[in-house]
Amino acid sequence: MAPSTITRAHLTEAVYQEVGLSRNESADLVESVLSEMSDALVRGEMVKLSSFGSFSVRQKGPRMGRNPKSGEEVPILPRKVLVFRPSHVLKERINDDELGYSGGSEQAGRQPPGSSAAG
Amino acid sequence: MTKSELINTLAEQNPHLYLRDVERIVSTIFDEITEALSRGDRVELRGFGAFSIKRRGPRTGRNPRTGEAVHVEEKCVPYFKTGKELRERLNTTS
Repeated sequence: MAPSTITRAHLTEAVYQEVGLSRNESADLVESVLSEMSDALVRGEMVKLSSFGSFSVRQKGPRMGRNPKSGEEVPILPRKVLVFRPSHVLKERINDDELGYSGGSEQAGRQPPGSSAAG
Repeated sequence: MTKSELINTLAEQNPHLYLRDVERIVSTIFDEITEALSRGDRVELRGFGAFSIKRRGPRTGRNPRTGEAVHVEEKCVPYFKTGKELRERLNTTS
């Protein structure tokens, strides 16, 4: 099964199916969610979404870089970068489905045991 | 900005919607993204960024307290790459 790419259209469809607004309005709301998040980040705010993750802006200092092709040194100016930290819930969801771990999460939430992964 | 602040802002912009509908819209979006990633799919939101998963190979880690070597299984971690437009907006001097 080759991985596919989910876009705004898929999110719009999901909102349309789930909430029963028109497709147009669903699309507008998907866009509003993204633009509200972007605006907050541009203002320098952190965006925290429980059980998904948090986005924050980090200031990076200047440094010398190198053009990997020509070997030439190029200055990299100070800049801001966006950092996404996934929540534990998201990380667990991804590993549950991807590698088929079963159990364990309810008890301690520790890393899965190394030996007994059921096939 | 927290999820509930985001929901409140959207509810103010859309007075014709119930708060609980706005809550459902926001959670549907992030649930969809989570599900896509857990299937191994990529989520590409032009201008904002793209979510994907990266595989981390198995390795021998160490218990930092005891120094004991422990085997760490292969795992996947979510990864976000900022979109061009948002990256540029973060760096425009205001």
